[in-house]
Amino acid sequence: MPEWKKPLPTISGETKPFWDACRQGNLLIQRCGSCQEYQFYPRGICANCWCEDIQWVTASGRGTVWTFTETRQNRTPGFEEEIPYVLALVELEEGVKMFTNIIECDPKEVKIGMAVEVTFVQANQQVSIPYFKPAA
Amino acid sequence: MSTVDLTKAAAIVGIHEHVTRYAPDKSELQIQGESVIKAVEDAGLTKDDVDGLLTAGNIRNSGLNLADYLNMYPKMVDNTTVGGGSFEFHLSHALNAIAAGRINCAVITYSSLARSGGISVGTGGVARFGHPRLDPSPDSFEELYGLTTVGLYAMIAQRHMHLYGTTSEQLAEVAVAMRKHASMNPEALFRDPITVQDVVNSRIISTPLHLPDCCVITDGGGAVVVASAEMARNCRHDPVWVLGAGEAVAHQGAGKRDLQFIAAKQSHEPAFAMAGVTQDDIDMAMIYDSFTITVLETLEDLGFCKKGEGGDFVSGGRLQVGGELPINTDGGGLSSNHPGMRGIFLLLEATRQLRGQFEGTPRQVPDCQVALCHGTGGALGSRHSGGTVILGKD
Repeated sequence: MPEWKKPLPTISGETKPFWDACRQGNLLIQRCGSCQEYQFYPRGICANCWCEDIQWVTASGRGTVWTFTETRQNRTPGFEEEIPYVLALVELEEGVKMFTNIIECDPKEVKIGMAVEVTFVQANQQVSIPYFKPAA
Repeated sequence: MSTVDLTKAAAIVGIHEHVTRYAPDKSELQIQGESVIKAVEDAGLTKDDVDGLLTAGNIRNSGLNLADYLNMYPKMVDNTTVGGGSFEFHLSHALNAIAAGRINCAVITYSSLARSGGISVGTGGVARFGHPRLDPSPDSFEELYGLTTVGLYAMIAQRHMHLYGTTSEQLAEVAVAMRKHASMNPEALFRDPITVQDVVNSRIISTPLHLPDCCVITDGGGAVVVASAEMARNCRHDPVWVLGAGEAVAHQGAGKRDLQFIAAKQSHEPAFAMAGVTQDDIDMAMIYDSFTITVLETLEDLGFCKKGEGGDFVSGGRLQVGGELPINTDGGGLSSNHPGMRGIFLLLEATRQLRGQFEGTPRQVPDCQVALCHGTGGALGSRHSGGTVILGKD
């Protein structure tokens, strides 16, 4: 496996289930057992009603591009070599937005509202990172 | 909730802009120190009059180290650091402390050596913060994807174009107006006029933003002295009153917020209410211009035009001196200076305009009675702060 030059996530107790699921090819988000609101990024509390009854649920992995930018300049190692790449906010079917890259797609083809689906890239033995690609 | 009337409880009485744009031979503390001394002198006050110290930045030039450098023993120290707009928050906090009677006089100061330090503020990616290791959240759900500061604003510009038909030419109008103002400021970094075509034909940094849609990177600093009404009456210049202030943050809202609406939407209402003025009363505005889209979004969410109409609003010279709402008459961050956190310069230029310092020159906004400053810090696409202050003459 080639060395992963880009930044890697730091995994903590409250985010470990998310990263464990990524290794299995599942995208987890959270839902509050009390107020029923979805939330992202994962955290140890419900950001809506401030209770601690947080449940993990498997997202469908489908969503749409909420907005994006084709990045032409970034000096961070790993990204500098991939320019141009698409940084995007994807809105999942469940209603929460997440940062991602749109991959397996010509940057010129990316549009707001475009249907996308999750795909995972293995960075190393411990970490797989969720990305999005045009929906089949 | 009982409220105290804060309007005109405090005034800006002294200012200084450290005009350097490149100062590799100075330290950040030295720039702050020199600025503080000159601003206090501008006010006609002395070191002993100052009992509050407010600054933003890093631990090296925080209130603790700065009080040491200046050999001050302030009764109030405030290191609120919420990005570029921190200094509008500082003015709001100084107003509170003065109105409460805890201090009589505060100095707000800032410096940065972003340019001589070679800091890629806009396009350095995660390396811009020098993080050896991402925080578990939110970094680990964001920085994996190659965020840049420019990109986080570009995403909001992209969606603005998608929703409202805003064009690159309209964004360019902001850059053109700022450059025109910079041509009247001998200290500005870039002073040669540019056209809309120059902007849209230039290199793209992150779609849809071109290089001139992005602010410059410079060194620099400054200081603002704020005093109680009683002290302000006896200072060298006429007081520039703090009429109103409001503070806000905006963020992803656990994945649910529509970030097309920025913090200015929340911060401007309390500021206008406190000041007892409306948008129509504002003679000039200092609008944080990290990027052209920042200005467009801010003007909309401050209520100067409707959401989605910013593209039309910024066109046709409206933002230039002589137009309906002149903004950033120093040339702004887009052309004059941007050492990383520009909010203090908004207060400096608004004060100069309200003092009538450029009377008899094209830079002066005629009959300038009321000015608005809005600082934005952080990034529109992820999380940011917004501080609105309204200033006025007697």
